[in-house]
Amino acid sequence: MFVINCPYCGEREQSEFKAGGEAHIIRPKQPTELSDDQWAEYLFMRKNIKGIQFERWVHTHGCRKWFNVVRDTSNDVIKAVYKMGEKPPTK
Amino acid sequence: MKKKYSIFSLLKNAFSYHENWEKAWKDPLPKKEYEAIIIGGGGHGLATAYYMAKKHNMKNIAVLEKGWIGGGNTGRNTTIIRSNYLWDASAGLYDHALKIWEGLSQELNYNVMFSQRGVMNLAHNLQDVRDLKRRTHANRLNGIDAVYLNTEQVKKFCPIINTSPDIRYPVLGGTLQRRAGTARHDAVAWGYARAADEMGVDIIQNCEVKGIKRNADSVVGIETTKGFIKTKKIGVVAAGHSSVIANMVGLKLPLESKPLQALVSEPVKPIIDTVVMSNAVHAYVSQSDKGELVIGAGTDDYVSYSQKGSHDIVEGTLSAILELYPIFSRMRMLRQWGGIVDICPDASPIISKTSIKGLYFNCGWGTGGFKATPGSGDLFAHTIANDEPHKLNAAFNINRFISGDLVDEHGAAAVAH
Repeated sequence: MFVINCPYCGEREQSEFKAGGEAHIIRPKQPTELSDDQWAEYLFMRKNIKGIQFERWVHTHGCRKWFNVVRDTSNDVIKAVYKMGEKPPTK
Repeated sequence: MKKKYSIFSLLKNAFSYHENWEKAWKDPLPKKEYEAIIIGGGGHGLATAYYMAKKHNMKNIAVLEKGWIGGGNTGRNTTIIRSNYLWDASAGLYDHALKIWEGLSQELNYNVMFSQRGVMNLAHNLQDVRDLKRRTHANRLNGIDAVYLNTEQVKKFCPIINTSPDIRYPVLGGTLQRRAGTARHDAVAWGYARAADEMGVDIIQNCEVKGIKRNADSVVGIETTKGFIKTKKIGVVAAGHSSVIANMVGLKLPLESKPLQALVSEPVKPIIDTVVMSNAVHAYVSQSDKGELVIGAGTDDYVSYSQKGSHDIVEGTLSAILELYPIFSRMRMLRQWGGIVDICPDASPIISKTSIKGLYFNCGWGTGGFKATPGSGDLFAHTIANDEPHKLNAAFNINRFISGDLVDEHGAAAVAH
């Protein structure tokens, strides 16, 4: 259990949010042109990182907006929060 | 040859105040090279090594464990064993395991306290009733014992359940698998460790894998905290940390690792002599031989390796437990903990070869791997020894995520993930 700093509402308990998994997985522009391997890669394969992960969250019981979070999955410490469309922090 | 455990050895050792018991397994240093190495000394990993030695005559093998035997998910689960899965592939896999469970204590000469006290799954709405009836029929077609119970029969089988029609999620019926039950989880790890050790398997604890060395198309060896070990075959049974190992060789798996929590109450007199699970309200409960209520909660929805989950998950589970069992309202909880489970998109496991020669994965057991321990070990040993899957685990290959031939138990399993 931890606190997430929603970029629109401020600090709220994690239970107000839903996790949306790994961020920056771009939907292929022409899915019909992909091979089965490439489609599986997009749909199912995940880095599932132990350490710093870039991920999506939605403030379900608040503003209902999606945004990105940088979190250390080994101890749940949040390093950064940034809005959708913004460049991910580099450090 | 180890001395057999028996009533006589127990008596004999009682006279020396139990100070002269033989060590259950040795604590060797790793050799320079092994025929095969298993990464992960949990129940599944130890069982794999045991069956490789026993059934496939592989004597030069090692099991590497980062921590200690029984310290991972094997010692953290809620010990439920059942095989009432919907799909043929799953039914075959889990019932194979259940059949081995039935003779496991004798085979290992180790009391795993397997108790066939039955597992009951509850239905709370019309869709649950239909799904559970369908599953009962599917089970029987696969030769798995299953019966459907109406509300009165549920109440008769487990009298402390609140079957009043005016609760938020009334009990409309349930299924019962009488052959299902529980086992002592630590004993399973210890029993397999002792039996594997006797077959000549090296069990190396406190040995973390730091890297996997490979050439163009096959594995060469493992870099560990106890030095480099050469081998041509590596079986990875690392549960929540499977992706960490896969990332070492640049392999991506369809897994997400999430915290799953469980809790036990203070010990009380016998009150519930079976296992009751409810998918809809996500609560399941049984009572250990010590008298503690063993309660399983759900997973959090975010990836985490922290071995602790959110409080609201526990709160949700306990509120459901209290509505179904008002008698527990003043029960105090003793301990709560979390384990990291690796979940596949279709909630079925992977027991498979990979694109790298000599590298095998047994993972994705998610929230329900304990029940499969003996079967998983047996089939994974077969897969590694023959470099091809047994017919019972052929459907559980990694390529199903490319072909689309999934084993979709997600909505069909007895408890949602």
